[in-house]
Amino acid sequence: MSTQRVITPAPLKPVHRIPESSGKGSGDGSRTAVVPERSKRRTNPGNILVGIILSLGAVMMIAPLAWTFSTSLKTREGVFELPPQWIPDPFVWENYARIWTAGPLLSGIQNSLIVACSVTIVGSLTSALAAFAFAKLRMPFKNAIFLGLLAGLMIPFPTLMIPQFTIFASIGWVDTLLPLIVPGLFGNIVMIFFLRQFLNSVPDSIVEAARIDGASYLQIFWILILPAVRPALAAQFILWFMAMWNDYLAPIIYLNSPGTQTLQLVIANFNAQYAIQTDYPLIMAASFVALLPVLIVFVVFQRQIIESIALTGAKG
Amino acid sequence: MSMTMRRSRLHRKEHLAALLFVAIPVIGFLLFTLFPLLFSVYASFTNWNGISSPKFKGIDNYVKMFEDRYFLKSLWNTLYMMIGIPVGLAISLALALALNRKMRGTTFFRTVYYLPVISSIAAVAILWQWAFNGDFGLINQGLSLVGIDGPNWLQDTSTVKPALIIMAVWKGLGYSMLLYLAALQSVPRYLYEAASLDGASPWQQFRHITIPMVRPVTFFLIVTSIIGGSQIFVEINIMTPTGGPEFESASIVWYIWQKAFDNLQMGYASAMSVVLGLLVFIITFIQFRLNRRNQFSID
Repeated sequence: MSTQRVITPAPLKPVHRIPESSGKGSGDGSRTAVVPERSKRRTNPGNILVGIILSLGAVMMIAPLAWTFSTSLKTREGVFELPPQWIPDPFVWENYARIWTAGPLLSGIQNSLIVACSVTIVGSLTSALAAFAFAKLRMPFKNAIFLGLLAGLMIPFPTLMIPQFTIFASIGWVDTLLPLIVPGLFGNIVMIFFLRQFLNSVPDSIVEAARIDGASYLQIFWILILPAVRPALAAQFILWFMAMWNDYLAPIIYLNSPGTQTLQLVIANFNAQYAIQTDYPLIMAASFVALLPVLIVFVVFQRQIIESIALTGAKG
Repeated sequence: MSMTMRRSRLHRKEHLAALLFVAIPVIGFLLFTLFPLLFSVYASFTNWNGISSPKFKGIDNYVKMFEDRYFLKSLWNTLYMMIGIPVGLAISLALALALNRKMRGTTFFRTVYYLPVISSIAAVAILWQWAFNGDFGLINQGLSLVGIDGPNWLQDTSTVKPALIIMAVWKGLGYSMLLYLAALQSVPRYLYEAASLDGASPWQQFRHITIPMVRPVTFFLIVTSIIGGSQIFVEINIMTPTGGPEFESASIVWYIWQKAFDNLQMGYASAMSVVLGLLVFIITFIQFRLNRRNQFSID
């Protein structure tokens, strides 16, 4: 329950979407609007200049990541060569074999997967159920309860972490994954918020019609609501998964022994431990392995993620 | 059976179902947010090591806080590192303007600029720690190309905060850029057409159309960045594990964490965490208030 705590975005108007590719001609800048006849051609001098600047910027964004990868393939001594080599000579792929025995990397990946999967799968279901009730069912004090939950978003995790720790310590859960998993199972208010918004566009009549046909509320949820919210659910699921995968503050509070640590803690310990031995290739190989799953998820689901983030900030 | 009784029974069923569905997150809220919050406030008035029972001390912790050199320093450091917020916003608006043009490759650039946002902060901190290495780091090698002898960034009292700011800007650019891009694409084009018919220069159009139209996004980004920035922890913990040279990079959350879980001064740490919570609450509250006004100005 820490990094997924996103503050409720400001309600902004109007709703906008990011086009897949500006080449399709929906996004037109201020300058091209001034000289409309120019914008018809793709390669005008302005675009070339902007392209060069954007490329330089892109190099600066990529450089640290590329540098990490390059370092991860060097020998321990190769790291200290001056001038530095961008392309390692020789390529030391063994670094990627060494990391698995140099620390609990594999169990770190397992632990991160256990936490992130159990929280997001169960938590998405409970969130979707609650969103269904908030959006489509009648209940006394419904809006007051919803606003109360939303108000909880304003409280930063550091304000709650000390009592949370003592609660979990008193039932002996410290140094287990349970304190990271259990709070998430109760759902995520950000997700409830967005699914509820999304359900507002689903007509109430389908719920009423299903009731008349004798369907139970759980059946309605499973057969009608869940398929209807799938796009919003998928986007929020991915964002939540990445937040859980990347979380650091909650794990560092609860997990001490190497076998229970999540991936982020494992690589942080790699960093502390092997920097003393100046084994930078090993550290960088482990960090790169930690980065890779999220990078792949991002590139694959790029469009959904980017659109849902643009909407998060823009719609609310 | 009368009609009204029938309907109330139906309603009762619906109420029950709704209550059950809502109960799960509500119980979660009570257990993991409301109760801890109340306990934090209570603990902030006590002397408590987390093991024995808390001893009531009144406002001692709050008085102590403002005499604690380290707390004040970490508060100052946290505020100082927020210099990165306006810098990042200016750069990301410029990027969004560039990406809003009709040209090839914008999707590619959008993805590249967004990569740091989704990367794990722990891994990012590790690779930037290496990039800031005084002798062999990427940054100083880049600087040496233009003849500058770079400092030992993270060990030098005058450069440790700028180093952390540079990293934060790098990591956050993509997110603000994306929101600005969405905002830019919603600006009606006729505004620019009308302005250019009236002879407004591109700069005037930028100043008097673009800036006001993206103001709600700017405001949203400023507030969320302040809230996020006030809770900066991971990069401090990884890049400068002892709080930096002469405590120059310790942040509030880092100090709370250290006091609570290293020194077991949980009462004192709770008091600091309550102050942090109040700060965040006030900022969020201002956001809601001002934002209502913003909406009217758009409508």
